[in-house]
Amino acid sequence: MLDPISIKIASLNLATLAPMAILAFGALSIICVDLFVKKLDKSFFVMFTLLFILLDFTALIGLNGPSRGFFNVMLVDGMSVLAQGVILISSALFILTALSNKPFKEFKKAEYYALFLFMIVGFQFMVATDNLILIFLGLETASLSLYTLIALHNRDKAFEAAVKYFTMGALASGFFAMSSLILYTLTGSVELSIISKVLIARGFAPGAFTLAGVVFMLIALGFKLSIVPTHTWTPDVYEGSSAPLAGYMSVVPKIAGLVVAIRFFDIFLSSQIQWVQDILILLAVLTMTLANITALVQEDVKRMLAFSSIAHAGFVLTAVMVGTTQSNSAIFLYWILFMFTNIGAFTMLWIARHKKNLWDSRYQHPFVKFSGMIKVAPMMATLFAIFMFTLAGMPPFSVFWGKLYLISSVVNSGHVILAVIMVVNSAIAVYYYMKLIVYMFLKDPITEDGNIYEANSSTPIKAIVGITLFFTVMASIFVQPILSIVTDMIRASGY
Amino acid sequence: MEHILSLIVFFPLIAGIFGFVINKQNVKTFGITVAFVEFLLSILLWIAYDPANGGYQFVEYSALIPQFGVSFYLGVDGISLFLVILSTFMTLVSLIALNIKKDIKNLVITVLFLEMTLIGVFLSLDMILFYIFWELSLIPMLYIIGAWGSGQRIYAAIKFFLYTFAGSALMLVGILYLGYQYYLATGTWSFAVPDWYLLVLPFSTQLWLFGAFFLAFAVKVPMFPFHTWLPYAHGQAPTIGSILLAAVMLKMGTYAFIRFSLPFFPDASVYFLYPVAIIATIMVIYAAMVAYAQKDMKQVIAYSSISHMGIIILGIFAMNAEGITGSIFLMLSHGIVSGALFMLVGVIYDRRHTKLMSEFGGLATVMPRYAAIFGILMMAAVGLPLTIGFVGEFLSLLGFYRVSWVITVIAGSGIILGAVYMLTLYRKSFFGKVVKEENKSLKDLDSREFMALIPLVALVVILGVYPKPILSTIDLSVKKTIRLMEKKALLPKTKNFLLKVNSTGGKK
Repeated sequence: MLDPISIKIASLNLATLAPMAILAFGALSIICVDLFVKKLDKSFFVMFTLLFILLDFTALIGLNGPSRGFFNVMLVDGMSVLAQGVILISSALFILTALSNKPFKEFKKAEYYALFLFMIVGFQFMVATDNLILIFLGLETASLSLYTLIALHNRDKAFEAAVKYFTMGALASGFFAMSSLILYTLTGSVELSIISKVLIARGFAPGAFTLAGVVFMLIALGFKLSIVPTHTWTPDVYEGSSAPLAGYMSVVPKIAGLVVAIRFFDIFLSSQIQWVQDILILLAVLTMTLANITALVQEDVKRMLAFSSIAHAGFVLTAVMVGTTQSNSAIFLYWILFMFTNIGAFTMLWIARHKKNLWDSRYQHPFVKFSGMIKVAPMMATLFAIFMFTLAGMPPFSVFWGKLYLISSVVNSGHVILAVIMVVNSAIAVYYYMKLIVYMFLKDPITEDGNIYEANSSTPIKAIVGITLFFTVMASIFVQPILSIVTDMIRASGY
Repeated sequence: MEHILSLIVFFPLIAGIFGFVINKQNVKTFGITVAFVEFLLSILLWIAYDPANGGYQFVEYSALIPQFGVSFYLGVDGISLFLVILSTFMTLVSLIALNIKKDIKNLVITVLFLEMTLIGVFLSLDMILFYIFWELSLIPMLYIIGAWGSGQRIYAAIKFFLYTFAGSALMLVGILYLGYQYYLATGTWSFAVPDWYLLVLPFSTQLWLFGAFFLAFAVKVPMFPFHTWLPYAHGQAPTIGSILLAAVMLKMGTYAFIRFSLPFFPDASVYFLYPVAIIATIMVIYAAMVAYAQKDMKQVIAYSSISHMGIIILGIFAMNAEGITGSIFLMLSHGIVSGALFMLVGVIYDRRHTKLMSEFGGLATVMPRYAAIFGILMMAAVGLPLTIGFVGEFLSLLGFYRVSWVITVIAGSGIILGAVYMLTLYRKSFFGKVVKEENKSLKDLDSREFMALIPLVALVVILGVYPKPILSTIDLSVKKTIRLMEKKALLPKTKNFLLKVNSTGGKK
């Protein structure tokens, strides 16, 4: 006779699952409600989604128990809570952009919001665990939902973007699976904490297999983080998606990937494995430099912002390499400040969106479109200029403080030359952010009617721009509280 | 009185924000009133300043990011007091002389914003705060040059912005590295300048950091060979842009040398003395020769700026009281004189829409008052005794004589070259027969221009005859800095050098 298996419910620590469960329940209820009630307006969907995101957020910050849950699969430590917080705030800001002035078919479908909520669930699982299988599950759930969300935009470019992302993403997932396979073979476990123990005890032998495992994982994570050379999907996918979705993609999948990267590379970096450090430095420098140089020659603002997001991701990768508490706190400080600015910048593009490409056959937002905007739409031009200066790292706006703390963490760990390269890259980056400002402020207007720049704006979208602008401009006041919270949580997680 | 420094820094910003609501016709009056109030505030600061105390006064401290050591730290001493007064005064005078009509509202608000950043640079006692104001000053200048300049303005504006931004980028790494060294030495994070004055760095660290900071300041000054942005920027900028750029923005670089490079890295400063002095001498002579070859009036004055900055750098790196005080006074005098000269060029440009000297000739007969004022200011630029230009130049070179009489003589010959190109400019434009038909009917200075120029001329003469009140106040703070350098010097070579240049070395 088999012994009865008895598991205490309390030992499962279901509270760690509560945030994701709430959102999953929300997604299912949207589908159910849509079955029974006809002709639901998009405002209903948006507010319903927002409500569940809020409930999720409450459950998240109310977490007060042990960080392990559900047979040790869930790991909701300080870093996980921070990352989930960033994901949820970005999601809340994003979903409000659906309340645009112009009608879009995708916002009328209930499936859009259900997929959106499932995507958030996927990303939350990805950051709330150190079990490679659950990371993979979360990654796939989120990615498949994201591909569909992109395609729901219903334009040719959107289909192209979705298929491109799907194909290359599938390849990256394959590499992830291969890496997990190799690590399982090496250590007998898929949990990163046990993998870490076994590898360290064995002294990271045999080297070739460990190298293969690390490289495959690097390719998989590099795809999600858009690191060179796995970054080639980013500009086309951003160009094909709607602007707010591109903004969302530049923040949320990256933070999820960064958390997984921090957890994974901590195994090697805390043991001072030199070749892992060298690979990460090389990739980070390549990413920053190539992305910056390619952004210089872009003719479309959205593509330029896509390359700029790649450059920012490369910037942050150096902090992953450094691996100290200060650098991990710097990553989160940087990403929180960057979140507000980038979402603000992409929302500004969303406001200026037109159905037809009025100034260029291919690009939706060519630089010439914004010529002389200061004369016809001065408020919008000033806001856009503030976002551009912020992304360039101009003090005292938000991204400057993030850059400052991040470069400081790199300098403090002894990599002074790397810090110099990072700073030189920031200087190069200024040029392409300035290009838009030069077009807006110093060139002659191409249109007399300023309203075309605000064709798609509505009150909720203006509110989002207002919120992001507030955090961008007043960042100097918020840096201290954010930094202390972030540092405490990272230190409590043991990173 | 407690928060007068915060008031002086942020008053133009608040007034600029209010300016958005004022209607177009009155915005220039609003600008002049605001600048005047700001100027009065700075004079009030001078009156309330205690001349017997060479340390920081009216200090304001409030922690911004305590975990990282960043604070809002303002303070004024003899070195920065007069630079602040110079900033407010030149803003006032340039707004009075303003003659642009297009988008006047944006221009006035931008100028007020620029004033805030300039004053912020001089009053900051926290390195990160200093860096913030240093970088912020680029944005309004970019806009002024790019939107209201002439032909190639966008190229000039972008070149100015990118060149200066890239130069300061390395300084940021230097600041962060210094902050880390302070943390290692004391266990707390702090970016406050008085805290860093107490930090003694090993010699090799000093060398690298001096280089990093030097790059940023050298682009700003501008020192040869990083000076190529200046002639372009001046050539394409509107008059008000040129005035503020030459009178105040260039001083940010030389002020930063005195405030940061010398006290933080005394050994490195002495080590690099000769290379820097040679660059400065090249600046003096090369820029003077290039100025002689110019055909455009404004470019002559732009290159003369570079030439004068060379003498200022020599005075700073003399590292004695005469040299540094002389260089600060030369900063003030150069600000007033260059500002006035650019204003005068703007006057003739408004009338004839050209700055080429070949287009003029014999203007003295047509515009006598203009010629007289231009003459006085030209003499001040040359460094004629009894004008403000002489005092600073003489003291700087006197200070550097103790270091090396050879370089002093060579740089002194720059004075002669200065006379050459200035007198040639004056002769070509003002003397001789009136050949061009358009020149015959030019109007002389009107009341607006006259009102803007008279205070400048008055200052040139008064401070040239009686510079003592200013010199004594600066001198006290400078002596404090030099004593700090002497205390901090690590190598015996540095100590000996400082002792040597600060004494007269006569035979017993």
